[in-house]
Order: sequence, then C-alpha cells, then structure tokens
Amino acid sequence: MTAQPSAAGADPVPTGRDQREIDPDDVLLSVRGLQVHFPIRRGILVERQVGAVKAVDGVDLAVPRGSTVGLVGESGCGKTTFGRAVLRLVEPTGGTVTFDGTDLRELDAEQMRRQRRQMQMVFQDPMASLDPRQSVESVLTEPLRAHDIGGDHRARVRELLDVVGLPASAASRYPHEFSGGQRQRVGIARAIALEPQLIVADEPVSALDVSIQAQVVNLLEQLQDRLGLTYLVIAHDLAVVRHIADVVAVMYLGGLVEQAPSDELYATPLHPYTRALMSAVPIPDPDVEESRERILLTGDLPSPAAPPSGCRFHTRCPFRQETRCDDERPALREIRPGHTVACHWAEDIEAGRIAPRESAVVEPDVSTA
Amino acid sequence: MSLSQVEAATESDQVEQPVGNLRQAAWRRLRRDPVAITGFVLIAMFIVVAVLAPLIAPYDPRDTPGAGTITPTNIPGPSAEHWFGLDEQGRDELSRVIYGARQSLLVGVVAMLLGMAGGMVLGVLAGAFGRWVDSVVMRIVDIMLSIPGLLMAIAIAAVLGRSLTSVMIAIAAVNVPIFARLLRGQMMSQRESDYVLAARSLGVRRRSIVLSHVLPNSMSPVIVQATLTLATAIIEAAALSFLGLGGADPAVPEWGRMLASTQRYLASAPHLALFPGLAIMVAALGFTLIGERLREALDPKYRR
Repeated sequence: MTAQPSAAGADPVPTGRDQREIDPDDVLLSVRGLQVHFPIRRGILVERQVGAVKAVDGVDLAVPRGSTVGLVGESGCGKTTFGRAVLRLVEPTGGTVTFDGTDLRELDAEQMRRQRRQMQMVFQDPMASLDPRQSVESVLTEPLRAHDIGGDHRARVRELLDVVGLPASAASRYPHEFSGGQRQRVGIARAIALEPQLIVADEPVSALDVSIQAQVVNLLEQLQDRLGLTYLVIAHDLAVVRHIADVVAVMYLGGLVEQAPSDELYATPLHPYTRALMSAVPIPDPDVEESRERILLTGDLPSPAAPPSGCRFHTRCPFRQETRCDDERPALREIRPGHTVACHWAEDIEAGRIAPRESAVVEPDVSTA
Repeated sequence: MSLSQVEAATESDQVEQPVGNLRQAAWRRLRRDPVAITGFVLIAMFIVVAVLAPLIAPYDPRDTPGAGTITPTNIPGPSAEHWFGLDEQGRDELSRVIYGARQSLLVGVVAMLLGMAGGMVLGVLAGAFGRWVDSVVMRIVDIMLSIPGLLMAIAIAAVLGRSLTSVMIAIAAVNVPIFARLLRGQMMSQRESDYVLAARSLGVRRRSIVLSHVLPNSMSPVIVQATLTLATAIIEAAALSFLGLGGADPAVPEWGRMLASTQRYLASAPHLALFPGLAIMVAALGFTLIGERLREALDPKYRR
C-alpha cells in the first residue's frame, strides 16, 4: 500500500486495539446539531408540507483521527440516515458537518464530489451495493477513473485485492460469483481504493454469516492499523461495536442518548435505554443468563414524524418519573470524564434511588419454569 | 485476540463456480425452453423465407399466370401448380405471401427500432434528470398515450402520405410513449438502488452513473418490450395496409393489403383471406412467444 506509514506499520503484527495512540482533541470529523428532516407533502395539484419525519434531530458527534466511533440503536432510530447525512448522500436540513477543517455543507456539488476521495462508505448489503453488471476490476478502477487518478490501474487492483485477502483472479469475476463475505471484501477494497481518511461503515457485517462476521471485522481493524483509517461504524449488533469501537454513541429516535468509551459504556450503562439494550445481549453462560435481570421495553419506537414531548424515551422508559421526563428534553450531560448521558435522573438511577417499574422487568427464573 | 485465529482457520467462503451474468443465464434458460424454441423456429423460418424469397417463390409475385382463366366468381383455390391458389388478379398466392414476409418483417423491425430509440431518448431524459424535466416529458407521454394507438397511427400515416416509410413512422410513434414510460420507471427504481448510492459516495460523476450503471441495469424490460413490439408492429402494419394506408405501389405484395383486397371475394375465394391472415398470425405468435419467455428469463422473480 502506498498510504502514509502509520505507527502500526512498523510493527509487523498489530497485536491489539488498545495500543493505538489517539489524540481525542485531534478531531477529523465533527458534527454539530445535525438535522435531517424529510418533508411530508400532501395535496394533488399544489403540494404543501404538512409535517416532517425527523430522522435525525440535532446530533453532536466528534470522531478523533485514527479512532473508531460506534453508533448503535434499534432499526428506525436514524443511524443510517445520520451516516449518509455525514457524507451528504442525504442532504442535511440543519447543523454542520466539519471534516478535517472543511465545512462540508458549504461545498458545491463538484467540490463535494472531489471531497469524497477523503471519505468513503462500506454498505450493509454487499450484493445490492455492487452493480451486478460490473466485474470486480471495473468496480475497483471506477473510483480511480472518477477522480482522474493515473498510474497502473491493473497493478492497483491486484494490490487492493491482496490487501483485502482476495486472489488476483477475482478481478475478472462478477459480484454474484462470490460468497457474502467475499463480496463485502470487494466493497471494502472499493472503499479504500482512494486511500480515504474516513470510512463510514453502515452495518458492515450484519448481512453476513456469523462465522464470516469476525473475519470482516478483523479485516477492518487490520486496515485501520495499516492505513491509519478513521471509522464511523453504524450497527445494531452491540457485540460487534464493542469489539471494534473506541467510543460508542447510542442513538434513539433521531438523537443521541449516551456516549462513552466502549468498555465504560458496556460496564456501566447509565441511560435507561442503553441499560435495556445491554440487558438484551445474551451472555454465553447459562448460569449468569438465568439469574440476571432483563429489562424488556414495551411498545414500538414512536413515529419520528411526531416524536414524544420532553425526553424522547419517556413513553417506553421503565424509570420514567412524574416530573421533567414528559416536558423537558434532556441535554447530553458529562457525568464522568468522557461519559455523557441525556437523562434527567441518570445519577439517581445509577445510585439505585429510582427503581424500574415492575412490569418492565423480567424476574430471574420466571421464564425458565 | 480470538477473532484473528478464526480468520486464519476458516477462509470458508470459497469462490463459487462461475454461472455467468444475468443475460447469459437468461440465454441458457431460453435455449432449454420449448416454448421459446418454438418462437425462435417460427421467426427463423420467416427470416429465411423473407431473405430467400426470390429462390423459394415458385412464380414472380407480379406475374399473372391465371390472368385468362379467373373471373370474380371463379378464383381457383389450392392446386398442385399453385399451392395457395391464385389471387383475384390471377397471381400466384404462395409467391405473394412469401414476398409479403419481406415487407412485414422490414416494417416490424424498423418501426420497433425507431419507436425504441425515440422512447429511450424520452425515457432517459425523464429518468436521468427527474424533477421538472421528468414532469414535462411524462405529461407529453401521457398525452400520447391518451390517444388510441391505431387512431394515432392512422392519423400520422394519413398526414405523411402513402408510403412504407410513413407506415413505419406511424407505428414507431405509437410505441414511443410505451418505451419512454417503461424505461423511465426502470431508471427511477434503479436510481434508488444501493450501488447507485455507492457510486455517488465514490464521487463518480452523475453522467457516468446514469450511462454506466442506471441505464444498462434498466434495459431488460425494454428488450422484452421490443420483442413484443415486433409482433404488434406487424399486426399494425397489416391494419394500416388494410385501411389503404400502406405502401404506394399496389403491386408490391403486403399481407395487410392482400387481406384488404380480398374482402369482396370472401364468399367465392376464402383461401385469399386465409393464407395472409395465417402468415400474420404465425409471425406475431413467434415474436410474442419469444418476448414472453424472455420476460420470464430476465426477471429474477421467475428464476429457479
């Protein structure tokens, strides 16, 4: 690879995630108050806007250079839209996205097109994100052609295939001739072809077999060490995010509810929503699994066209209180260094001064009878 | 790290056997499909007959070997010398049906190509630019579609005068809005696909996305429609000839006109309607069979 030599490049076997040096103040991607509202239009001849689906409604996020930030949340919470809005694949309706000092929303179409060289995307469904009529060679040279990059394209294709662990013979093949994991490798090779600084990975492994997921996650980590990449990984699988991310942000109905370093978040989740998510992760130990408390969320995700007043989560929150929750939207507060929560009662919940409603908790042993 | 061991141990996803791309797979299915083969054989037969007409036809289609013997009430039917009998002017009916294949196939192919080309231009405009271009183009298409096809073809053919060219243009014009709407719809749905989003995120230029991704992936139903259009174009050409709007030279045999000119002799010489009618039906059937099966072969929903 011809990328700038990273610190890990000198080390032939990158051994772990924790040894990378990340300066939290060296922010590559900074998102402030990002909003994506999709208008709801009615009318036959003259359309008028009658409302908006607030897919993303005021999200702040900072991604330090060389780090991996994970974004988790259930389906429909707006995490995919957030990832696309960051890359301006969906136009944001408010807020700012600053990438390496450049305000992306100020760029015109051609400037943005050139900017894309620095910021790439890995998609969830590798089959759908590859043109069925394009050979792998064509897939991998397309970004080079789009940005008028000269040189030996064939050699570059071989190099890229080698980096993602595919044989050189793959170049002449078509997407449907590969397995899911191999297709995702092609998708990753395409994303790194331009040597970008940032990669937004939207559910990079959720369409793959579990046995293949680990390989692809590993590949992403190796590439980060080798190329000094910065990742924004969007996923609903908490285990994947825990493994790959340095910092995890939790999203609910268009807004962030909690953000903390990965280990901290998984050890001491503070927001009721995060606690519910964590309690849904199965623990591979039957004794622990049987005896632990589970928080079951009732009801569905409310409509982002008409989000609840106050705290967005209050309609489903087992810790909901009579005051504040219904009418006051909680801001993200830093409760511990690097750990922010958007909950009025986070300290009281953590200290055990507020108990969850009985109906929301499944007592141990009840389900096994 | 346990995950790296997993990677080393299981590169379980091997490269699968190549099965070719969508078009190749469709072709393989068609070759095994008896209905499609029937269609191919019928069409191949007509093409051979049209190309080799001078060699196959037993008589010159303009000669009148029976000129002295026929009367309006006595038109000889099929015989050993004249397999399809003689027509109302004493010409050999078989030779005229054989030469008629040339006209019908020519009109069908040219009208289809013109209609497809015109429809694709409009469809690509609407599908690629969207917004107000789409609105304007599609309203024009709606207006064209609101006029009954045959009525429009008659009007156009009448305005352009009696010639084979005007028949072709008239039939093409009827098919332009159909192709335009079909292609536009396909392009609209392809534009929403992940691989188009992926191309945008790579920074591929818009024109290049439309021409190298959206358009090629939108063509399958257009190809099917083209096959079906060949069948309807032959019938429409016959209808226009039947109505007296065909080619200018009445001596040039044409299935539609042959049908038209036998109206008065239906009672005494039904064979004059039977043979050109059968020819039209079988040619249209051949193209329809291929078109229908091609539609299924190219549609992923029907794939087994």
